[in-house]
Amino acid sequence: MFSWFNKWNKENPTDVERPAILVGVVGVAVIAAAALVVLGQPYATESLQTGPRGTGMYVPKFKADLGRPDPGIEGFLASTSAPVAPQGGEQTAGSARENVPPGLEGLTVDNYDRLLAAMREWTGIPDLFDDPDSYQTAVGHVMIGMVQNINENWDGHVNANKQVGVTCYTCHRGEPVPSDIWFKQTPVVMAAEGWSAVQNRVSPLSSFTSLPSDALEAYLLNYEVIGVHDLESRVAGIPGRDGYPGIQHAERTYAFMNYIANSLGVNCTFCHNTRAFYDGAQVTLQWSTETLGIQMVQELNETYLVPLAGLYPPERLGPKLGDAPKAACRTCHKGYQQPLQGTNVIADWPELATTSGEPDYSGN
Amino acid sequence: MAEYQNIFTQVQVRGAPEMGMDNANNMAEERLGQPGFSKLIGWIGNAQLGPVYLGWTGMISIATGILCLNIIGLNMLAQVNWSIPEFLRQGFWLALEPPSPEYGLKIPPLQDGGWYIIASFFLLVSVCTWWLRTYLLAEQHKMGKHVAWAFASAIWLFLVLGLFRPILMGSWSEAVPYGIFPHLDWTTAFSIRYGNLYYNPFHCLSIVFLYGSCLLFAMHGATILAVSRFGGDRELEQIVDRGTASERAALFWRWTMGFNATMEGIHRWAWWFAVLTPITGGIGILLTGTVVDNWFIWAQEHNFAPMYDGSYGYESYGSYEAFIGQEE
Repeated sequence: MFSWFNKWNKENPTDVERPAILVGVVGVAVIAAAALVVLGQPYATESLQTGPRGTGMYVPKFKADLGRPDPGIEGFLASTSAPVAPQGGEQTAGSARENVPPGLEGLTVDNYDRLLAAMREWTGIPDLFDDPDSYQTAVGHVMIGMVQNINENWDGHVNANKQVGVTCYTCHRGEPVPSDIWFKQTPVVMAAEGWSAVQNRVSPLSSFTSLPSDALEAYLLNYEVIGVHDLESRVAGIPGRDGYPGIQHAERTYAFMNYIANSLGVNCTFCHNTRAFYDGAQVTLQWSTETLGIQMVQELNETYLVPLAGLYPPERLGPKLGDAPKAACRTCHKGYQQPLQGTNVIADWPELATTSGEPDYSGN
Repeated sequence: MAEYQNIFTQVQVRGAPEMGMDNANNMAEERLGQPGFSKLIGWIGNAQLGPVYLGWTGMISIATGILCLNIIGLNMLAQVNWSIPEFLRQGFWLALEPPSPEYGLKIPPLQDGGWYIIASFFLLVSVCTWWLRTYLLAEQHKMGKHVAWAFASAIWLFLVLGLFRPILMGSWSEAVPYGIFPHLDWTTAFSIRYGNLYYNPFHCLSIVFLYGSCLLFAMHGATILAVSRFGGDRELEQIVDRGTASERAALFWRWTMGFNATMEGIHRWAWWFAVLTPITGGIGILLTGTVVDNWFIWAQEHNFAPMYDGSYGYESYGSYEAFIGQEE
């Protein structure tokens, strides 16, 4: 039936494969290019410039991520409520309620009930402070003091950009045990000693790198010097002696910086000009804010969190060394430049803004 | 597709195995192994595999090299509690680290760098005897010693990193760990610790020669492949028709950029660029921490680290609220 076609085909040999491949490749390329132009880049990024042009200083983010607010914000807004400004003569919580945490006795009953309900929601402990013998009550008392201290005395870090403050929710997010707390983990390599024993292991404290896992411990508990640079072009010294940092110290600093950057969802150039990490003339304002933050965390760990070790049941202690859970950048920031993306959490809670026991309701 | 456009060598010539010369110096002595042929290796080179010269240098080199690798590997295995699955899972993270700084140049305990010193000693012997092997074999063949000296330039960098610089610094802790990620950590920490190695002029030179080597290799490889249809890839006497292959390649470059290397000269270019990469790099490393401790400040002192105009901090360029879309 089609013999004429077969005959014609045989007499006119044509290479169809090469043109087909060519048309296919060019066609796909054209369609892909057209789709990119019409539909847009699926992984578009947005950048926040952080330094002079030409230094490569910026924080890049996926637009898709930027368009999604921190889910924690919704949770906070659902749990907050406006304070009831006292008119004078109200009954105080200390006289009308039982088991009132120290420092809160002077609150009016309305405001105390409001605060207690919020704290129970923030910590996910429905009967918080009901049982005076519970370890949660004892820990809770210390935690209230810690929150008040942060708000009152660490203004330079917490409110560096604008008034935001902190509450229990900033760390707890509705969970009795906050996420992103940390425990001592070193030595991570049992078959070695010295610097070999604290690095080269996939651990959350090294941000899953092979850098040392003892960075948080060294800087946030033991107050070791973070900087490793010499401030003159030539400084004699033997590594590891008399304040002449070795390569290992640089690696540990790197591990710490890496932890901070990951905790804030930023990169090195959020604070530093990477050509001279040490140079105070080439850092951003955020570097100063961060420096205060490091000091704040050192105080929180030393004054509040580490001494709590005796109060916790064993299952709340570190799996390896039985130490108390500790805080660092990520415990509050949870991957955001500002915790809860800069939501003001303190405006409604003057009770948590002062250690004096006499909240200032004039702003509400 | 035309044969000369292929990635792999298409034509594999096979006859009786070629046993090589035995005309002087007992050259066929200590040639080990029955020669065989492999189509696979023929794709990337000569299809004949073996025989191979071992000699006393080769024996020592291979024995000490195996010892070194075993010390490193067994240390890594001990670090994961002798668990093979963990060894594979964390393999890229594991390392045999140099001693902690407090031991200086003293012999440290085995579990804090002692094994590292022992492994490094065997590695040193292994690398040096392998170098001697390239030298002796070239001598036996009445060749120049270009391969040996090129290899020596790499050994120079190796010795600077693991021997000369640690001794000058007074601490074995400055040496490079044996591990995949850990040696990269060392590299970046080394640059950061000493104020940014990119401001080290010898590091700059090393990069120039490294990238230059890539460029020269690409130019030379491309040129020869481009004239292989005229026999340009063969030795001069085998080129079927003089005036068509390497002469054509030379003309191509002369008419492209006015200057062309010669068939001999291009290999001098390549050799020197390759050799100067580790030589200059090694000088740069050797000066770091011994002569200069902060390369950025050193660069400022020598007026080649200009300051940039503009503010530091995002406040000058936008706001966080606008960045996260909280503000119109």
